[in-house]
Amino acid sequence: MREVTKDEVVRISLELNGKTVSGNATSRMLLTDFLRNELGLTGTHVGCEHGVCGCCTVRIDGVAARSCLMLAVQADGRRIDTVEGLAASKDALNALQRAFRKHHALQCGFCTAGILMSFSDFLSRKQNPEEDEVREVLGGHICRCTGYDGLVKAIMEAAAEMRGETPSNAGAA
Amino acid sequence: MGAGRYADDVATPRGTLHAAVVRSPHAHALIKDIDTSKALALPGVHHVLTGEDIRAISDPFLIVLKKPIDQWALAVERVRYVGEAVAIVIAEDRYIAEDGADLVDVAYDPLPVVIDPREAVSADAPVLHPDAGSNELSAREFTYGDPDKAFAAAHKTVSLEVEYPRSSYTPMECFVVVANYLRGDDSYDVLANFQGPFSIHPVMARSLRVPGTRLRLRIPADSGGSFGIKLSVFPYIVLMALASRVVGRPVKWVEDRLEHLQAANSGPNRVTKIEAAVEKDGRVTALRFDNMEDYGAYLRAPMPGPLYRMHGATTGAYDIRNLAMTNRVVVTNKMPASLVRGFGGPQLYLALERLMQRVAIELELDPLEVIRRNLISPGSFPYRTCAGALYDSGDYQQAIDKAVGEGRLDDLLARRDKARKEGRMYGIGFATVVEPGMSNMGYLSTINPADVRERQGPKNGAISMVNVNVDAIGTVSVTADLTVQGQGHATAISQIVADQLGLKPDDISINLELDTQKDAWSIAAGTYSCRFSPGTAVAAHIAAKNIREKVARIAAKQLNTVADDIDFGGGRVFSKTNPDNGAAFARVAGTAHWSPVLMPETDDPGLSETGIWSPPELEPPSSKDEINTSLTYGFVFDMCGVEIDPATMQVRVDRYVSMHDAGTLINPLLAEGQIRGAFVQGLASALYEEIVYDEAGALQSGTFAEYLVPTACEVPPVELMHIETPSPFTPLGAKGLAEGNCMSTPVCIANAVADALSLKDVPLPATPERLNALVCGEEAAPPAGISAEKPVSATAGDAAITGDGSVTVKASPAEIWKALLDPESLKHIIPGCHSVSAVTPEHYRAQVSLGVGPIRGRFIADVKLSDLNPERAATLSGDLAGPLGKAQGSGHVTLTPEDGATRIDYTYGVDIGGKVASVGGRMIKRAAQIVIGQFFERLSEVASGKHGADASANGSKSESRSWIARLFGGNR
Repeated sequence: MREVTKDEVVRISLELNGKTVSGNATSRMLLTDFLRNELGLTGTHVGCEHGVCGCCTVRIDGVAARSCLMLAVQADGRRIDTVEGLAASKDALNALQRAFRKHHALQCGFCTAGILMSFSDFLSRKQNPEEDEVREVLGGHICRCTGYDGLVKAIMEAAAEMRGETPSNAGAA
Repeated sequence: MGAGRYADDVATPRGTLHAAVVRSPHAHALIKDIDTSKALALPGVHHVLTGEDIRAISDPFLIVLKKPIDQWALAVERVRYVGEAVAIVIAEDRYIAEDGADLVDVAYDPLPVVIDPREAVSADAPVLHPDAGSNELSAREFTYGDPDKAFAAAHKTVSLEVEYPRSSYTPMECFVVVANYLRGDDSYDVLANFQGPFSIHPVMARSLRVPGTRLRLRIPADSGGSFGIKLSVFPYIVLMALASRVVGRPVKWVEDRLEHLQAANSGPNRVTKIEAAVEKDGRVTALRFDNMEDYGAYLRAPMPGPLYRMHGATTGAYDIRNLAMTNRVVVTNKMPASLVRGFGGPQLYLALERLMQRVAIELELDPLEVIRRNLISPGSFPYRTCAGALYDSGDYQQAIDKAVGEGRLDDLLARRDKARKEGRMYGIGFATVVEPGMSNMGYLSTINPADVRERQGPKNGAISMVNVNVDAIGTVSVTADLTVQGQGHATAISQIVADQLGLKPDDISINLELDTQKDAWSIAAGTYSCRFSPGTAVAAHIAAKNIREKVARIAAKQLNTVADDIDFGGGRVFSKTNPDNGAAFARVAGTAHWSPVLMPETDDPGLSETGIWSPPELEPPSSKDEINTSLTYGFVFDMCGVEIDPATMQVRVDRYVSMHDAGTLINPLLAEGQIRGAFVQGLASALYEEIVYDEAGALQSGTFAEYLVPTACEVPPVELMHIETPSPFTPLGAKGLAEGNCMSTPVCIANAVADALSLKDVPLPATPERLNALVCGEEAAPPAGISAEKPVSATAGDAAITGDGSVTVKASPAEIWKALLDPESLKHIIPGCHSVSAVTPEHYRAQVSLGVGPIRGRFIADVKLSDLNPERAATLSGDLAGPLGKAQGSGHVTLTPEDGATRIDYTYGVDIGGKVASVGGRMIKRAAQIVIGQFFERLSEVASGKHGADASANGSKSESRSWIARLFGGNR
């Protein structure tokens, strides 16, 4: 395992949304600060810095994780996916993003990126989730605006669409 | 997509420095000294500002009441709540600024603390603001009709005392300020996620000692929620502006979650004594309120808003003509209260709707029947309440009939019958709420007696402004006097404007950034108290209508017809009578720019209109204190069934029905989003969220592990219904609807819990612990041999953490005694110790680093030895203080020789406050045990000579190997 000293500035390389990027971080810099301030990807938000709210969720080697509880140096050499990697433009949203828009699953949008990252991981592993399972995963995120109802509907519909079912049937649930 | 532009995403100016705030660990203390030298010596730290620095260059914030309760952006002379900003450190990055904040040594002289507002008004309570003379800053009495006569003539008086707790709806994005002092013109350019009301802009400018034009406030395009709370970024706007001026560089500060939970703001807690004069049939003829509202340590503008925002609507949905009210404003050692969604409504309705249930119970009537008998009748709108509100429209009976029918009250009753037959605890609650929309900016002047208002001049109205601009190629852009929080305002405005101009909503470009130097705004600007639908939306409608009429006149001249014959649709402007006679909207609009010669004589060229809307119904308070507090009054009727788990006492909402009449719905999907969001916040106040202080004023809800925000798993299904009785006072007929469930849901659930458990007093939030204590009494004593777990919550004079233990150390009592009295040995014994100095032989000062869970920091320990019985026993007492918190405690140690070793028996008691208490509640006890364990482990090593007093540096090998040290701190 690589060792770094307290005040060392470390060159970090990682695969970010499919591209190899690098930047400098001090040994104690959080991954959130590295992504936002060094790499300029501000789509990952910081809501609590103690791992409860879920706003900062990214995928690390495919697995959803809190980037506020991780140091930038721990991401060296890893594959990181953030919300910026989900869609190239507003006309190319993925199934989850389209369903969020349709069901008004976001208001202020601050928690949205983390939820999208959690469920892009979850739905890749679980194609046919029950609503209770969706609620349980969603329980790892705090949304203060929506009351969660639109979120659950959107996620269930996106899951159905990703399975190849027509969205209109699932949306009625 | 990650394309949002929130305040913390906006690029900062070159050379921006970063601030960290030093906060008080004391709820009430005099500031004796602030030593900034160590912080200033840290490389990367540029400056440290204290309250005295701030006082010299700024003025205290203006407040609503004329009372000597000055507050600056930093505490001056004394601190009055845990978390109060005491100093700021400005450094090259936030990490260094935080390091610097840890190095600011503040010496405090603690003062007595008062937390409960009822105690705060007692004669012997410590007074927070000595110049004000009392903690009760205002007490106003109001009388409408003849309540005394009604009470004297009543069949019965029903009374109740309720207490609304402190909570906050904690937006996911915390406060952000980037302040830049511009030397060239002595002005401030500030980017912040402030959300209004902009009546606070003059407060900030006055504090900065500049005219309003030299405080340019810019609000970014996106905001991560507000729920009222972002108003309270304003002291930090002033603070960072001053910091920028002092350091000569831009200064940025982003609030962290702990700062938010301890110091942003909360809704005020309120104690209400309420009485109803009732007839036999349940008719209420008069109400008496005694409202005691606790605003925490300071009264920040526009406080005490929540106490007056509902004033005209105090009688709710009921036709009650006699009302007496006493409103008291009280300060205590808690974080200042301010705007939180609901804003006075939840507090009012908890009292009123709980009382209506009590009326039914005491008269042995059906609760819903009592509600129905008192409702304002549908034929009496617009209805003037006795306190002066002018309810615009409504049909409360129809709304309730529909809710009871389609919401299947019979099913709820059947579920309750079945549950009760089976011995389960099931209850039904109702709540009836009149929901105000768009506040009269003059309502707060009701706090002043009529003669004072006369002298000051009338205050009233609520001005909304929207600008619609059409450019030379016919593209339409809109700016508005609101701040974005995600309600979908842009969607609604584009729909309103597009409808007027015959365009598609996507054709309208909406820019909802707000810039006080460039946009049209007035004091009511911002996003709060449901002002969008009755306010800004109307201004948008007016501006778009003005554009439409102007384009119609231009088109009429070109199409050889009259303006009345012009219609709009499909991107075209055409003659109604001959639709083929038309032109593209873009072409006609372009005329106003390219061809002034073609303009009708009555019109100026150019195409830009500002719609200004201030409804005449919002009059100033009358000489009899009657006030129309809001423009629109929607209606909410909720009913629910709850079941309480007999094992855990957890309340489960079985079914919830919420009926709304918000007039004409502008956008049903957006409306549903607002209602569901408000419902979950109401649910949170009913069952989960509370800002908790112990009696010593220590905050105990500093993380989302203690402050329990509901997640998707806690939210029950809700059945939503609407009727629409359009408001006659707004051109769109729409009313506010985003706060209703914050007002109705807490009391609806409280009523259901009361019904389930046959309770008169229902504490909110109705947590399992509270309900258990009410229903089952105090916990039984544990079986013999098992010591009871004491909660960390401290009560005055009673230590939060107590413990005892015994260790055997391989050293003689003499060796141990020597080690305990030798500063050099103690340095190696005390976990995390950097240095020990002896003040007297029995009094030491030590610098230590300690941590609990996620936080760690440097403390100064002041330890005194007493009751010295050499080589036998001693008492250690003292305190620990640092930026992360404080602790006071004492311990007693007895040494007993035992086969060449020594048994040490110890007992201790510790009170903890500050940041440590607020984030580490669940971990403190274990952490204390571990640190004490380490202490004796090291004592054993040092006394037995295993760890020589001359060993190099602090931080022994055993510690650096220890997982405990990694988890709980120790030396860095």
